[in-house]
Amino acid sequence: MTVQVKPLPTVQLPELRQVGKPLRRVDAMGKAVGATVYAGDFSMPHMLHAKVFRSMQASARIKRLDVSRARSLAGVVCVLTAADVPNAKLVTDIPGQTGQKQRTGSEVSVLAVDRVRFYGEPIALIAAETLDIAERAMHLIEIEYEPLPGIYDPIEAMQPGAPIVHAPDNIVARWKIHKGDVDAGLAEADVIVENTFRVPYQEHAYLEPEAGVAWVDERGVLNIRVSTQVIEHFRSIARAVGIPQNKIRIQGTMVGGGFGGKEDITVEIYLALLAQHTHRPVKLAYTREESIVAHSKRHPYIITHRTGVKKNGRITAAKIEVISDSGAYPYLSPYVLLYTAVMAPGPYRVDNLHVDAVTVATNNPFTSAFRGFGGPQACFAYEQQMDAIAEKLGMDPLELRKINYIHTGDRTSTGQAIESAAWLEETATRALAALGDKTTEGELAEKLPTSRVRVRHLKVGQGFASYFQSYGRLMWLHDTSQAWVGVELDGTVTVRAGVPDLGAGQANSLCQIVAEVLGVPLARVSIYCTDSAITPLSGTSTATRQLYMSGNAALLAATNVRKALLDRASKHFEEEAENLDMADGRVFVKSDPSQSIELADLAKVCAAEGTHLANLAMFKAPFADPIDPETGQGDVFPDFTFGAYAVEVAVDTETGEVTVLKAAACHDVGRAINRAAVEGQIAGGGMQGLGYALMENLIVKDGVIQTPSLSEYLIPTSMDFPTTTVIALESGTGVGPFGAKGIGEPSLTPAAPAVASAVADAIGVRIHELPLTLERVLAAIDHTKQ
Amino acid sequence: MKPEIITLTINGRTHHVALAPNVTLLTALRDLGYTDVKCGCEKGDCGACAVLLNGEAVNSCLVLAWQADGADILTAAGLGTVEQPHPLQVAFADTGAVQCGYCTPGLIISAKALLDRNPHPTEQDIRHAIEGNLCRCTGYGHIIEAIQIAADKMSEDKMSAGGVS
Repeated sequence: MTVQVKPLPTVQLPELRQVGKPLRRVDAMGKAVGATVYAGDFSMPHMLHAKVFRSMQASARIKRLDVSRARSLAGVVCVLTAADVPNAKLVTDIPGQTGQKQRTGSEVSVLAVDRVRFYGEPIALIAAETLDIAERAMHLIEIEYEPLPGIYDPIEAMQPGAPIVHAPDNIVARWKIHKGDVDAGLAEADVIVENTFRVPYQEHAYLEPEAGVAWVDERGVLNIRVSTQVIEHFRSIARAVGIPQNKIRIQGTMVGGGFGGKEDITVEIYLALLAQHTHRPVKLAYTREESIVAHSKRHPYIITHRTGVKKNGRITAAKIEVISDSGAYPYLSPYVLLYTAVMAPGPYRVDNLHVDAVTVATNNPFTSAFRGFGGPQACFAYEQQMDAIAEKLGMDPLELRKINYIHTGDRTSTGQAIESAAWLEETATRALAALGDKTTEGELAEKLPTSRVRVRHLKVGQGFASYFQSYGRLMWLHDTSQAWVGVELDGTVTVRAGVPDLGAGQANSLCQIVAEVLGVPLARVSIYCTDSAITPLSGTSTATRQLYMSGNAALLAATNVRKALLDRASKHFEEEAENLDMADGRVFVKSDPSQSIELADLAKVCAAEGTHLANLAMFKAPFADPIDPETGQGDVFPDFTFGAYAVEVAVDTETGEVTVLKAAACHDVGRAINRAAVEGQIAGGGMQGLGYALMENLIVKDGVIQTPSLSEYLIPTSMDFPTTTVIALESGTGVGPFGAKGIGEPSLTPAAPAVASAVADAIGVRIHELPLTLERVLAAIDHTKQ
Repeated sequence: MKPEIITLTINGRTHHVALAPNVTLLTALRDLGYTDVKCGCEKGDCGACAVLLNGEAVNSCLVLAWQADGADILTAAGLGTVEQPHPLQVAFADTGAVQCGYCTPGLIISAKALLDRNPHPTEQDIRHAIEGNLCRCTGYGHIIEAIQIAADKMSEDKMSAGGVS
């Protein structure tokens, strides 16, 4: 495929000394030598071990629950049921911050009362002297269920007479976006294309299962050391266990992977209750199987697109219906659904648009945040639809997109103007160009470990997908983040911020920004993070918000400290502050760098004179009113990231096996803060997207996960996919520090539709459902033969 | 069966510990404080608990502690420290091969086992050597690159030490 790469506009980014460099991250070496103490690695004297007793039914009444035999087992210290903790309730849909209103019906009991609504719902907690005793006590809990009719399909769940998961009905949330005149738009169209797309569950499968240790200290403070994306959960935990918010302290650990699965409360509430009741330290670490059963999943969706288009390729109208399975409890489903609804038409100008989106309660595993937060599902559908339209019009898929791509200044589905660079054609053409020409049959024989005979059954295809995705939280949540920066008397720099580090380099980014502003080497910056009691709250490591929010907070704090330092140095040098600069741990006169002072010496002067060399800054995201409930119009997100993913596949027409031969990702990251980290996000997110497309198949039958281990639920290994070619462009137009955009979630979004598009190119028929299993691919090939 | 005293030599330190026969090497190591050996699945699916057992990479969750009686065990923490890291650890830290870091100790062990028997691996050799180590963050590219860089560095060091021409 020869593709005309769209030239980039000239971008003049300021020259920076630390930011942008692929420096060794501040957390990297500790992890490489195994010195980092993760949540499950920590122990305390006299520590108890906990287990959670869970429902073995997806929908049932608890007829009888008797924990007396478990309680009397020697070594068992505490067994709790809902009867013991009647006030332990959590609001599932508020991820910890201010500015959110609770939805009705979103409050759940920590331990099931009378009824269970999903397989794995917690019923009782055990704390014992050893893990072995706690496990034995699990078998001594007596329970009798009366099965109740369950509902496992979101469409059936909306029908009259369907079993109700929570009164009054199974509709958890609805969003509508109405814009322009869809009927007129469809009437104006030359062609109408309608398709329904289905996407499955996805399991986070972080390598570190949920874990933590809790204890009540000498002042009565409940401490919880836990692997979490959200230390602000301390507020809802305080409420659930009945203690003041200033008597609870969450010490977040380095997280062994989160991807949204550690965004909702996990082990910390059970730890809190057990530590409170036993007054002893308690550890709880999930097994892999428990992790898969206990935490949320990516939402399965059914998305129907009805698109009107002119012969010239211009979209005249789109009607999009979105249905998602929320599972047994709401959690973040309403918000995930909103993201899907906003992104539903894709990065295309659609002036006449209806989106009707609904999320429905079932007795399936509950669904919530997963990297992309509703964006990947939307993208799979809109990009497949674009290809289907191109096919119908006999138009090149890239040409069709070029006609419809949104540009800076255009408006999204909700009428929000795009203010930053919207490099859609720029990224798509570069991703495609990186693939190069299609691999020939001759090359295949060399490339693949297969015989010549097999090669004859292989068909090669290429495909790509464009996307746009928000970063930063919903604007009406009035998001804030704080960071503290101070200079020590030896010229080193301290950063304090509540930011949880999931492994994406959240903590390091702040250090690298501060190092830039204060002109010190990165090694001189030390960060203390993720403590709800002693580090300023930075908000959640979710929604691709940390670089944007906390990066800006750190930038503000460091800039204020820099100003104080330069003001004092200005007196010292008798030069205007603007004529001074800071680098390599010194303050110097720009025109004559030999006139300089060590940062340490300047700090000592400031300290002696009582000049404050520390600053606590708060960054506030722009605020907007909630969108109009009838039309869905209004500003929703601070900004958007744009990019593309392209793949080449070989499809074995005899077995249905899809082999990815080449993969390339191109995103406008605004500005790379740490180039190695940014490329790592893009490659890793892309790989999760390839897994979503081809391998990851969470099978749920009557509400029960049939694949609760990593030998049944397969994620990509080093043998499954080639290394992604990563192209990170820098428009410098993002709202993050130095013009950065967010990339954590966007990196995953376009991979799966790109694979589906490449498979369609190879076999000549489109598959509307993920994952692209051997069976589905073979069935599609058979269909073409009929 | 009752616990019996076994001898484990871990990162050069000898421990005599009383363990029941059903205790895995993974649990024994972690209980002794070697928490750099990570627990990811306890059934050999993920490789996070890999250690060198008499020089061979194994998933310590699939070995009973009794089977390791008298053995020499090396964990990632035994290879180097923050102050004096092994070339593999330097390369992992410097190339972005470490993201969340939970799979890292196991991957470094698999890489060490590979380089011990094959100091000049191809990309495909590396992919094979780490296929039992799941990583959910990186997409493996930076890990493969880090192992190649470490292999080159270790060969260079060996050459400059004058041992091989």
